[in-house]
Amino acid sequence: VLAGRLSTPTPTPHPLSSRAPGPKSSVVLKIIKHYQEEGQGSEVVQGVLLGLVVDDRLEITNCFPFPQHTEDDADFDEVQYQMEMMRSLRHVNIDHLHVGWYQSTYYGSFVSRALLDSQFSYQHAIEESVVLIYDPLKTAQGSLCLKAYRLTPKLMEICKEKDFSPEGLKKANIGYEHMFEEVPIVIKNSHLMNVLMWELEEKSTMADKHELLSLSSSNHLEKSLQLLMDRVDEMSQEIVKYNSYCRNLSKQQQQKHQYLQRRQQENAQRQSRGEPPLPEEDISKMFKPPPPPPRMDTLLIAGQINNYCQNVKEFTSQNLGKLFMAQALQHPSS
Amino acid sequence: MLLSVCLMGLFDFYLFIFHIVSQRNKDIANVQIYMYTPRLYLQTMVQEQILSWYYGVWTLRGSSGNIQIFSIHSFYSTFLLLKMAVHGPFVKIHPVVLASIADSYERRNEGASRVIGTLLGTIDKHSVEVTNCFSVPHNESEDEVAVDMEFAKNMYELHKKVSPSEVIIGWYATGYDITEHSVLIHEYYSREAQNPIHLTVDTALQSNRMNIRAYASAQMGVPGKTVGVMFTPLTVKYVYYDTERIGVDLLQRTRASPTRTNGLTSDLAQVASAAGRIQEMLNTVLSYIEDVLSGKVMADNSVGRFLMDLVNKVPKISVEDFESMLNSNINDLLMVTYLANLTQAQIALNEKLVVL
Repeated sequence: VLAGRLSTPTPTPHPLSSRAPGPKSSVVLKIIKHYQEEGQGSEVVQGVLLGLVVDDRLEITNCFPFPQHTEDDADFDEVQYQMEMMRSLRHVNIDHLHVGWYQSTYYGSFVSRALLDSQFSYQHAIEESVVLIYDPLKTAQGSLCLKAYRLTPKLMEICKEKDFSPEGLKKANIGYEHMFEEVPIVIKNSHLMNVLMWELEEKSTMADKHELLSLSSSNHLEKSLQLLMDRVDEMSQEIVKYNSYCRNLSKQQQQKHQYLQRRQQENAQRQSRGEPPLPEEDISKMFKPPPPPPRMDTLLIAGQINNYCQNVKEFTSQNLGKLFMAQALQHPSS
Repeated sequence: MLLSVCLMGLFDFYLFIFHIVSQRNKDIANVQIYMYTPRLYLQTMVQEQILSWYYGVWTLRGSSGNIQIFSIHSFYSTFLLLKMAVHGPFVKIHPVVLASIADSYERRNEGASRVIGTLLGTIDKHSVEVTNCFSVPHNESEDEVAVDMEFAKNMYELHKKVSPSEVIIGWYATGYDITEHSVLIHEYYSREAQNPIHLTVDTALQSNRMNIRAYASAQMGVPGKTVGVMFTPLTVKYVYYDTERIGVDLLQRTRASPTRTNGLTSDLAQVASAAGRIQEMLNTVLSYIEDVLSGKVMADNSVGRFLMDLVNKVPKISVEDFESMLNSNINDLLMVTYLANLTQAQIALNEKLVVL
């Protein structure tokens, strides 16, 4: 009986989490192609992942892209597009369960409020959904860069309650490292796909660009560092805001304290003079506490900076290796 | 009748000369020449007119140096009206299309022996580029075939929203041969696009290979009386975008693993594997050189010129200059790493301080 997929899921142990998404190669190719055709410039391209959950793995078997948001946005209904696509795909026996979505990124800058919201809504509906981040610029440098992320349960809790004040975050004890967890990806092929791969290998020409080993990569480094600097600036602004808030708060506390003390003194004096004590005024109305700044943005920025630093470090390690290889070439033959 | 036999004779003579010329000239040794003496699939029987017909396929493979001639002479009794396809001989296919076709084949309904679908792409002056496809549900039985055309139209509209530059350029079917039903389906597609391309992907792996072939249709037959359709083969080329090429390279690594799975490797490992590949290539070249030196293989000048280019590509820089360049680059990278680590430490510290 050949109905259904030929691939059989084999549970392999993973260090990070037991739920590893396994996309099929056609999905990977489709994502690459979508970006190539539609997403020139720094716009993100997005799409939906379809698949199902088998044992403790997430299998991604198909995907379809979302059209870009163009000027005539008014008469375009995203939800309707999605519904129609899924209905049509059901006719050809493609799994129509939403298991996540994918997005392309520009130099790794994807940690944003929008992403968080979307991923939260997806994960709320389906517990195992992931967002696949495809980095086309890094891929063009030599190796496929596709990562899958999910929100940690802690972050899910916070998003549910929408409590982004500092106290709320302190309670949850969340750091920027615990926002997203990366899930390792395993690409699976069916036997038929393997045959196809062999066919392609024979017929197609050698890759004539060995981008992975090219040494001229300072451009990429510059851009990454630029973005990093921007983020750090934003971060410092946030920190200044928070610091001023803290200072204001403590000043206010002091003022309150002083006022209370003065009141008490006065009351004591009056009592000693036999006059009625002054009425207790409502202090909370006098000293309204300043509103605390939302901490969510800071957390996001911190996460983003972390991401940039990781990318930069990976990049430099690769480059160091390449430089040493070049050095070996230059030495007289030994 | 005599005229047509003479024409066929001339044609064969021409082919023979061509072959001799190509054998002599090794430079075009890698060109596969598809001659357009068509491979005939006669779809309609014209009983009274045709006395015999034949398959005529001439393929000259200059590179392997052997001729495979499958044709035997025979003669026509009717004139052939050939309206050759407007496309040139090339059909460029992206691997994403083939992957989708294989995928849809795996998901087909029980009892269906093959899958069909629409091909989307762009038409250039000389060639057609196939960049996307989707499968269309259809039912096929002995005498009739039903294709869900509504579905096809709907899907095309949806796809157009995402990539408005793609048009319907043909259709695909899995399976080895072209059947009579294909003609009907092809006719339907000729209404959607001019000169549609028909692609067959042999997923049943007859002859132990997955043959991927493309055809264009041409009218033939007696004008005014019975008309048939002939499918002429086209050359198939695989085209990649750069990033696609890299993706396919990665996917090809799944062939090696026994569970057909593949993880995405870390970066330094990637550089190592790329270096390993270059090392393999160098080894091959070295063994070739050894063979030539020891006289086992004839020396080839063109290969020699490539080798010269290769050796000269390593730039000659004086040792001090190179050392200074290398050191400055290494310093840059180390500094950036240090800064990145510092930044990470800072934000971690900030985090802890806020919590206090």
